[in-house]
Amino acid sequence: MKKLLILGAGTAGTMMANKMRKKLARDEWDITIVDQFKTHYYQPGFLFIPFGLYTKEDVVKPKSDFFPIGVNVIYSSIEKIVANENKVLLADGVVLNYDYLFIATGTRTAPEETPGLKDKLWHKEIFDFYTIEGAVALNKFFKTWQGGELVVNIAELPYKCPVAPLEFVFFADAFFTERGLRDKVKITYVTPLPGAFTKPRATKMLGELLKSKNINIVPDFNVAEVDNDNKKIIDYAGKEVKFDCLVSIPTNMGDALIERSGLGDDMNYVLTDKHTLQAKDHKNIFVIGDAANLPTSKAGSVAHFASEILEENFMCAIEGRPYTASFDGHANCYIETGYGKGTLIDFNYDTEPLPGSFPFPGVGPFGLLKVTRTNHYGKMIFRWLYWHILLKGREMPIDSEMQMAGKKL
Amino acid sequence: MATKTIAGVNINVNEEGYLTDPSEWTREVATEIAKEEGIELTDKHFEVLEFIRNKVMNGEGLTIRGIGKSGIVDAKTFYQLFPGAPLKKATKIAGVPKPVSCI
Ligand SMILES: Cc1cc2nc3c(=O)[nH]c(=O)nc-3n(C[C@H](O)[C@H](O)[C@H](O)COP(=O)(O)OP(=O)(O)OC[C@H]3O[C@@H](n4cnc5c(N)ncnc54)[C@H](O)[C@@H]3O)c2cc1C
Repeated sequence: MKKLLILGAGTAGTMMANKMRKKLARDEWDITIVDQFKTHYYQPGFLFIPFGLYTKEDVVKPKSDFFPIGVNVIYSSIEKIVANENKVLLADGVVLNYDYLFIATGTRTAPEETPGLKDKLWHKEIFDFYTIEGAVALNKFFKTWQGGELVVNIAELPYKCPVAPLEFVFFADAFFTERGLRDKVKITYVTPLPGAFTKPRATKMLGELLKSKNINIVPDFNVAEVDNDNKKIIDYAGKEVKFDCLVSIPTNMGDALIERSGLGDDMNYVLTDKHTLQAKDHKNIFVIGDAANLPTSKAGSVAHFASEILEENFMCAIEGRPYTASFDGHANCYIETGYGKGTLIDFNYDTEPLPGSFPFPGVGPFGLLKVTRTNHYGKMIFRWLYWHILLKGREMPIDSEMQMAGKKL
Repeated sequence: MATKTIAGVNINVNEEGYLTDPSEWTREVATEIAKEEGIELTDKHFEVLEFIRNKVMNGEGLTIRGIGKSGIVDAKTFYQLFPGAPLKKATKIAGVPKPVSCI
């Protein structure tokens, strides 16, 4: 029996377990998946919790609901990958051997990287919404908050779901307007980027949207510390921003396991070939999802598009054929803009987000870089698709390769 | 693409003034570009510039965190050496491409 080992049973690992079990003969391939936790979180749903739009129950399900029959599941923390010996060490001393390894251990928030962030105001007046605990604590806080300076700060690049902090401020604007408190809440978006987003057209469009909603932006801000006593964030250049409520997107890092295994970069992301998805220097290791150091967004949609490439290239690898699929970095993100509307961006390694219609040229139904009601429904439908189609590794009606048709240059 | 006379030699640069061929870089070129950015280079600056050049030549990505962990400077000192936008300025002076942020 040959052994395929999958590390991490989040979005990407679960998807791959489902795809590969369908593809690989049961009497030839043994598939094992390992994760430290038994609960699967629908992370995109965390954004909705602070504003009471979703509850915790809407975003959690047991991981076991999503594993196919015929896959061995181990719940344990992973200690180390010994790539040169084709083995993985688990926390309790168990050793797993593999012929092929998929790394899908994702990224986690590391608030401890910023001095003062996880201090006495943590989850009292300083929150994150990238964890269930943070999102729930913030929901509680917002219920009675009477207003003041609401500061949303991105600590460091890269961070997963790069549009989520923007959606957060758009939601905050709508939320406090509906409660009649908007004139008492000053919203400020503080980012290390030179503008609202990375690429010119999306930055312009999203920057104008911020302005129209009376949300201030402080660009080029790299936070060095959080001063809990005087309630301000201070950047390396000495710039300061005061807050009454700070919502932080803490530094995102790959799991420490990657560092222990000597496979990562400064941020513990696995060094990965951006087209083949193979780990650098290790032919029998592939990387998928947020764990990879690919120069594209860390998002569920990216993991989904990459999963089709990985499936194809893995079959090439085991059958001794040259790789036939090449990943283009395709990302597709719905952006909630509040009041039941949303916008959409679609891009890859080489093409910035452009205006147009998606997925059908001229027809849509979704509008790229436009604020529409349909785009909002796209995001809402995504949760259903996520649980029922995406995780189970079923076909989605969207090309994995980005399409230029429908885009306007 | 354009050329520019820096420290008496013709150097290939892009529209933002970044060298397009890192091998055309010399200490004199660095000193001159730094002056345009309002920076007087010290030995510490050069240590950082060498570190950046090595990283880039090895095809590795550059981050403020990585430079802060290099053992040469911490992040705060890096900001003091190249005030304002340290990574953008330091790469320009080091004669390597401007880092792109992809998120
Ligand atoms: C607030 C928010 C909003 C988002 N919105 C969107 C959106 O609208 N659209 C979109 O496409 N994406 C969105 N995302 C991003 C999306 O959720 C992630 O990109 C996606 O879940 C990544 O999947 P993954 O499998 O790589 O990592 P994960 O799903 O995070 O899974 C990693 C798994 O590895 C396990 N693991 C890690 N280390 C170890 C270890 N040492 N031992 C054992 N197990 C380990 C973890 O327990 C985890 O289960 C959002 C994310 C957040 C936080």
